[in-house]
Amino acid sequence: MTTMRLPLQYNLRNLVVRRTMTLMTAGGIALVVAVLVLTLALAHGFSATLVSTGRPDNAIVLRGGATSEMMSGISREAARIASADPAVARGADGEPLALPEMVVLVNLVRRDDPAASSNVTVRGVEPRVFELRPDIRLREGRMLKPGTDEVLAGGKLGRRFEGCGVGETLRMGGRDFRVVGSFDAGGSGFDSEIWGDLETLLPVFDRRGFSSLTLRLTDPDRLADLLARLEADPRVRAEPRIEREYYRAQSEQLAGVIRALGLFLVVVMAAGAVLGALNTMYAAVGSRSREIATLLALGFTPRAILASFLIESVLLCLIGGVLGCLLALPVHGVSTGTTNWASFSEVAFEFRISPGILAIGLLASVVLGLVGGYFPARAAARRPVSEALRAG
Amino acid sequence: MTRFLPFILRNTLRNKRRTLLTVLSIVVSLFLFCTLRTVITSLAASLESASSARLITRRSTSLTFFLPISYRDRLTQIPGVEDVSWATWFGGVYIDERNFFAQFAIDPLRYFEIYPEYRLTAEEKDTFRRERTACIVGEKLARKYGFEVGDRITLRGTIFEGVWDFTVCGVAQPATPDLDTNWLLFNGEYLNQSLGDWGQVGTFVLKLADPDRAGDVARIVDETFANSAAETKTETEKAFQLGFISMLGNIQAVIYSLGTAIVIAIVLVSMNTMMMAARERTREIAVLKALGFADRAVVGLVLAESLLITLVGGVLGAGLARLVFDLSDFTAGGFFPRFTVTDGTVAQALGIALFLGVVSGVAPAWNAARLRIVDALRHTG
Repeated sequence: MTTMRLPLQYNLRNLVVRRTMTLMTAGGIALVVAVLVLTLALAHGFSATLVSTGRPDNAIVLRGGATSEMMSGISREAARIASADPAVARGADGEPLALPEMVVLVNLVRRDDPAASSNVTVRGVEPRVFELRPDIRLREGRMLKPGTDEVLAGGKLGRRFEGCGVGETLRMGGRDFRVVGSFDAGGSGFDSEIWGDLETLLPVFDRRGFSSLTLRLTDPDRLADLLARLEADPRVRAEPRIEREYYRAQSEQLAGVIRALGLFLVVVMAAGAVLGALNTMYAAVGSRSREIATLLALGFTPRAILASFLIESVLLCLIGGVLGCLLALPVHGVSTGTTNWASFSEVAFEFRISPGILAIGLLASVVLGLVGGYFPARAAARRPVSEALRAG
Repeated sequence: MTRFLPFILRNTLRNKRRTLLTVLSIVVSLFLFCTLRTVITSLAASLESASSARLITRRSTSLTFFLPISYRDRLTQIPGVEDVSWATWFGGVYIDERNFFAQFAIDPLRYFEIYPEYRLTAEEKDTFRRERTACIVGEKLARKYGFEVGDRITLRGTIFEGVWDFTVCGVAQPATPDLDTNWLLFNGEYLNQSLGDWGQVGTFVLKLADPDRAGDVARIVDETFANSAAETKTETEKAFQLGFISMLGNIQAVIYSLGTAIVIAIVLVSMNTMMMAARERTREIAVLKALGFADRAVVGLVLAESLLITLVGGVLGAGLARLVFDLSDFTAGGFFPRFTVTDGTVAQALGIALFLGVVSGVAPAWNAARLRIVDALRHTG
């Protein structure tokens, strides 16, 4: 026997006829989906910022045991030895592509709330920095002159912190610095940093050695050799790792926390929304007892009825899912900032809604529809014809 | 109205499944609401325990820089400062990175005099002063890892290189339950000597003679060290801790918007249910009216039914939150000293339940009042 399927039109019409109910249930689902999409977008934006920081062919050398640049220290001698390693690529001038840097945190006042301040990363760099990080470009103003009190501010700092706009003056370590330009690091973590001249900044912050050393590798596969040599050398005792991996590790903790909190919220809210969907679908089934019985009497199989109600429930929730995604979309690109616990410094990032995240949101609404629709649909399909026909 | 109570009860129980589903969805949503609001109240409570009678002085550049210990003598001489102590963030790793808790190298002599809310016996304090590698663990940390007096704790330094061994010489008991005791404090002389008579500290703690003069004293302190090699930034302990919370971004706004989304979602669900319930009973309501019940009474019956459902949901939801968080000693991995659902939160949840009951009952009640008996009796539904 070929099974007849109920036309989709039947379900659509039903949803339209009971439009208040449809809208209310879909509205509940929409809010759940919106919260889901937004938390995923927040976690995605945060990790995307840090993951896009750093290159796969750069190695960052930190003191053994240090988990961030802030805690690390590399002596001038160690930096010299590590730079001369054969695994390090050389520039056009024949010099090794090596960049010793100093990293400190300074406390800056936020523009949105003059009473609040956050820790901002200050990086002492050499002119070579743009050779090792070619993706970073000057956006406004001009380059800093080495040996002067001039600094560059990352593209996202100007709006967030006092004194970080081009032309403004910034007080750090008891000295005034002039912001002569701002750079664009393509939305990476460097966009939340202040860059100044290395040899000028070292004495200002009372540092004798460097914090880290960034090396361009001739081949990323040679990291293991480099690691073995640097760890074994008693004058160096430092640990190189791929720059990109280093920043990814820094994002893991906080992104994990955002995802876990979001998951908790969404699971609990989804439980509430499923209960609402169950209610609606039970009511839909209840008020159509006679219709269902008639369909069964006409020869539609219980299976076809089950499928039809499931489809109706999924449709209902999918409307909610689409609404939820639309509700969340305007938040895409809104920038925010937080202190990354792993580095104790401010990172600015944006809500990023990707097609994948929207797909997860829609998928979640379909799952809600299946869960919320299954029991009522089964109840509808199992009803004996005679009883259903007699019902009010 | 009380004589109608059995009638109202019967009505809510007529479609048991629907009532149960509605009550459950309200329970779930209000449980979530209570959880979110408790995040805010717990943050506020942990700030309450910070004193405004103490000032924290740190390097103005940022917390990651140190101040010379020699500043202590000059700080002591500033009028309005009664006592001075210091602490340095150690940032070591216990076994591995996941076991995060605060560790400070502290002034062995004065620290516990300035923080009397951490209770120690005279003997414990005495040992702490004498033993170079002695440490004190907070009560909560001791409970978490089962630390006891005499235990050895090894930390791997991240800021201060090397492996550091400590011996527990006491467990500090908090004077009030809101105090955070998820920490380890060790004799600062150990750090100082290990770094070759280092002579620096992270922060100074100033005990004020008169808390009302906190602003003036803080200003004088910062002026004293202005234009020196290490300029200071001084603020009350409360402001200092608030600074950490504000660094996380605008948590409050996020929580409020989530809370609103949740409340709107349950309003939709429960309104839907009440409208379904009333629609099913169009005929009955007409019968009641035909029997001579006034419109007001009919409205009252419909509203009362809706209120009953939402209030039961509210009581269960808030009760569940209380039960779960107050009994389980939940702290979000030590982030909150205490995660307690306050009476205010319960009251707000019940308020929302009441609001829900009224909002979702109003439309069906209004329909019931407007109903024309003749039309309704003809209605099949």
